[in-house]
Amino acid sequence: MTDTTTRRTSAASPVTEFREGVLTTLPAIAAAVPFAVLIGALAVDKGLSVVESGLMSALVFAGASQFVALDGWTLPAPWLTLGLTALVVNMRHGLMSVSLVRRLERFPRWAKPVVLFFMVDEIWAFAEARAERRPLTPAFYAGLVALFYPSWVAGTMAGAVLGGLLPDPKAYGLDFTFIAIFVFLVFTYRARPGFALTLVASSGAAVLVHLVWPGAWSIMAGALAGILAAAFGPRKAS
Amino acid sequence: MTVDPDTLLAILAMTVATVACRLVGLLLPAGMEWRGRLAAGLEAMPVAVLAAIVAPTLLATGWAETLAGSAVLLAAWRLPLTAVIVTGIVAAACFRALIA
Repeated sequence: MTDTTTRRTSAASPVTEFREGVLTTLPAIAAAVPFAVLIGALAVDKGLSVVESGLMSALVFAGASQFVALDGWTLPAPWLTLGLTALVVNMRHGLMSVSLVRRLERFPRWAKPVVLFFMVDEIWAFAEARAERRPLTPAFYAGLVALFYPSWVAGTMAGAVLGGLLPDPKAYGLDFTFIAIFVFLVFTYRARPGFALTLVASSGAAVLVHLVWPGAWSIMAGALAGILAAAFGPRKAS
Repeated sequence: MTVDPDTLLAILAMTVATVACRLVGLLLPAGMEWRGRLAAGLEAMPVAVLAAIVAPTLLATGWAETLAGSAVLLAAWRLPLTAVIVTGIVAAACFRALIA
């Protein structure tokens, strides 16, 4: 009896873990593909070829920074400006990676950089939420990436081929899929001590910086404010 | 179906920048102990990052976004993820159509 109990509380089989990982990402894929398509259409509009558009999504694999970079894209491409843009927009991934690395005890050393290469917002958030409840396994993480990543690249290339024939997904409220996923994930942490303080500090700082200086900095400012509030704010002695 | 050298260079620069950000966690010494304020700050990271991503859209973009955001918040309190997503899409599309 104790034997089966311990087996059940330890990780499920890799196949089950992988399948759960894939299923977890389905809503996020439905949300991300319209934006991948939009990025492809935008890329072609800015003078990139279909192959170049796909290459960008495959290598950079970070929607927000691709949007911002393409917005300011000129030919010949100003590589330094575009590289710095990606650096600023994706700085939050540095914080996220510090947090995720703690969850990778079950991963071989060589796999950790691979895990982090694929760490977009959605995959990170799903991995963190999973690690709250049970140990994060390589099979589950592979499942998170297995369909999400090819959908992103294929969606971009489809958008590049279809080009300007496409409507803006915002007109149909599709950008709120991401908002809904992220708000839902925020609420999964609501029982944590200091939840409200972090939430208020982070949202407040992000909105203030956004109003003064629209762009990528609001995410970093909000994230840092939330982290500092949790670290230095009042808390119960433990 | 060609790849322009300047475009390739720009894509590679963006890749290096993005990957560098994502690998930051590996710079920390293995088995590093997280305690006290450091641990509290780190524990808060998911909420801090996610709230900072959504807050400008929900609070400082327009009435349609703020109203749709309120609907999402209410839904997220009780409903499963799929229902929250449907609420978000429908509310955003409706409020934008009404207010625009």
